[in-house]
Amino acid sequence: MELASRTSNPAFPTMLSGDIIREADEAHAYTTGRKTVGSPFVDNPRMTCRDVEVYYGEKCAINKISIDVDCNEVLAMIGPSGCGKSTFLRCLNRMNDTVPSCRVIGEIRLDNIDIYHPSIDVVPLRARVGMVFQKPNPFPKSIYDNVAYGPRIHGLTKNKAELDEIVETSIMKAGLWNEVKDRLQEPGTGLSGGQQQRLCIARAIAVSPEVILMDEPCSALDPIATAKVEELIAELRTQFSIVIVTHAMQQAARVSQRTAYFHLGDLIEVGPTDKIFTNPKHRLTEDYITGRFG
Amino acid sequence: MNSIETTSDLLKPTTRLKRRYRVERWFKRLGLTAIALSLSFVAFLFFTIFSDGYTAFKQSYIELEVHFAAEEFSQEKLANADYPGLVKHAMRTMFPEVTSREGKKFLYSLISPAAAYTLQNMVEADPKMIGTTQKVWVLADDDVDMLMKGKIDRSLGEGNRRVRDIQLAWIDRLESENRLETRFNKTFFTTGDSREPELAGILGAVKGSFFTLLITLSLSFPIGVAAAVYLEEFAPENKWTDLIEININNLAAVPSIIFGLLGLAIFINFWGLPRSTPMVGGLVLTLMTLPTIIIAGRASLKSVPPSIREAALGVGASKMQTVTHHVLPLAMPGMLTGTIIGMAQALGETAPLLMIGMVAFIVDVPGGITDPSAVLPVQIYLWADSPERGFTEKTAAAIMILLTFLIAMNSLAVFLRKKFEIKW
Repeated sequence: MELASRTSNPAFPTMLSGDIIREADEAHAYTTGRKTVGSPFVDNPRMTCRDVEVYYGEKCAINKISIDVDCNEVLAMIGPSGCGKSTFLRCLNRMNDTVPSCRVIGEIRLDNIDIYHPSIDVVPLRARVGMVFQKPNPFPKSIYDNVAYGPRIHGLTKNKAELDEIVETSIMKAGLWNEVKDRLQEPGTGLSGGQQQRLCIARAIAVSPEVILMDEPCSALDPIATAKVEELIAELRTQFSIVIVTHAMQQAARVSQRTAYFHLGDLIEVGPTDKIFTNPKHRLTEDYITGRFG
Repeated sequence: MNSIETTSDLLKPTTRLKRRYRVERWFKRLGLTAIALSLSFVAFLFFTIFSDGYTAFKQSYIELEVHFAAEEFSQEKLANADYPGLVKHAMRTMFPEVTSREGKKFLYSLISPAAAYTLQNMVEADPKMIGTTQKVWVLADDDVDMLMKGKIDRSLGEGNRRVRDIQLAWIDRLESENRLETRFNKTFFTTGDSREPELAGILGAVKGSFFTLLITLSLSFPIGVAAAVYLEEFAPENKWTDLIEININNLAAVPSIIFGLLGLAIFINFWGLPRSTPMVGGLVLTLMTLPTIIIAGRASLKSVPPSIREAALGVGASKMQTVTHHVLPLAMPGMLTGTIIGMAQALGETAPLLMIGMVAFIVDVPGGITDPSAVLPVQIYLWADSPERGFTEKTAAAIMILLTFLIAMNSLAVFLRKKFEIKW
């Protein structure tokens, strides 16, 4: 009840500065008065986001967010429903372009290149920033074709042998090889939910991206399948940067190195995961992770 | 309190519960009655058509002994010989007792005018026949045919039926001599329309319908699918696309005769395309079918789950690749169904074709899309309109053929849908 009354109050975000921030000295104030507590920036970032705002029509979904994504880290994004974490995630590979009313302001850079620059083509961008979705969504094609699709359309291989190799290593990296090696020609949609999700991960890594975005990848899976995917994420970290949106705080605690807490379109706090979960600096973060709302 | 009492007793159903079950029973009965009623109508329809029409697949033939006298073929061309004379001569020799002028007239009218052409074709195929006497089976007149099929009542007075008493006697004699019999009606499947029921065939209309539908399909399918894909996948959402959508939906409800008028004004009067041809008919039916195909296409594109589009875009497929590799194959079964429903509609369409002159009486079987031709529904309309008794069964037979085509097309739709359906 308390949350409902808060979310319905449009003036609420402006109350953030001031009384409820405990340690303002560590907060990063970036161009506006809005402050993100903790350490949103890193030294050698893979992606940098500065003052990112997202509007759906007139409605502001994301409010001046600045954060970095480090190389070879898992960045978890947590927060109550509707706080804008998925919207923000979809900005990172411009999936929001498909929503006609969506407008993105600010600067997002991948390896120091502005991905919202007019001369940027989204096709190679999405090959470099892969995505795994909430619901497993393999193509209604064979397991092999699912993984081979990306390399094929991007022309990554010269012949069948190379393609076979990419498919095999991708499925291996996704930890699915032993389960599917004998039935690569069977439809990907015939696998179990957890296997499908790992197939989707294999499909994403087949084009050798630098960053993998995961939008609640385990929310449709049972605990055992979830454990497998989490294990996989930990392994993939050695090669890719991973940004994961999750509703399960334990999951964020298990898999991520840094955690960002979103609240109503604002990035409230970013910090090393152990610190966020043991010693949050912002009261909203504390309220959320202790389960007082959300 | 009251509601708890009424729902808690599991052993004794309350009156309220009984009433709910009663309503359910009545609803089921009503549904069953409706289905039974509609099935009986369909059965009645098929029964009347079939019982009227099955006789059209047989036709009466009379055996003549024709003497191809050499002096008849003294002229330059074989075509100039007096073939009707040969037929008459054969009839006279068979019934030598008929001498009066009127009697001869009745006698000759037992044979179809087509008999002369049969003889001519025989002679032209084999000129050695001249000078010999041959046994030839020729078409009987439609009145004889109707009598043979029991469609003329012998018990009526002579003035009330088309066959005279004396003709009845000759027919009976021919039958007893095995010179009159009904055979499979090849003519019906190999010729075009005719004023003589025994000569009228369906091939002209079938080919006309085929060419017309070919034009319709080859124009409306690509245009319809492209329009549906553009509107659903690429077009921005603004006032213009809203306007286009409203217009397409309205076009689907426009009476088809309006499309005929449009075709007459544009394709024939303005572009100067030949009238009564499958080309113009196909163009008009394309206009009529397009809205159906576009609407069905958009519906099936809409039903493709967005997660597939996201998945494709997520691995870096372009918009076009997303559509052609993933969305379109998944939407194809629905699009094909829509197209074939549209085609079936076009196959049965009459009104717009009347406007562009396809109602003309055309004897020749069309050889291409620019030849004047009839189409099946118009042929049915023309035959149903003809006074001769013999056309009644032809009408029913043509309806049967039209229905066969429709059923075949719908089965094809089901087959294609099953074949292209992608299992999840």
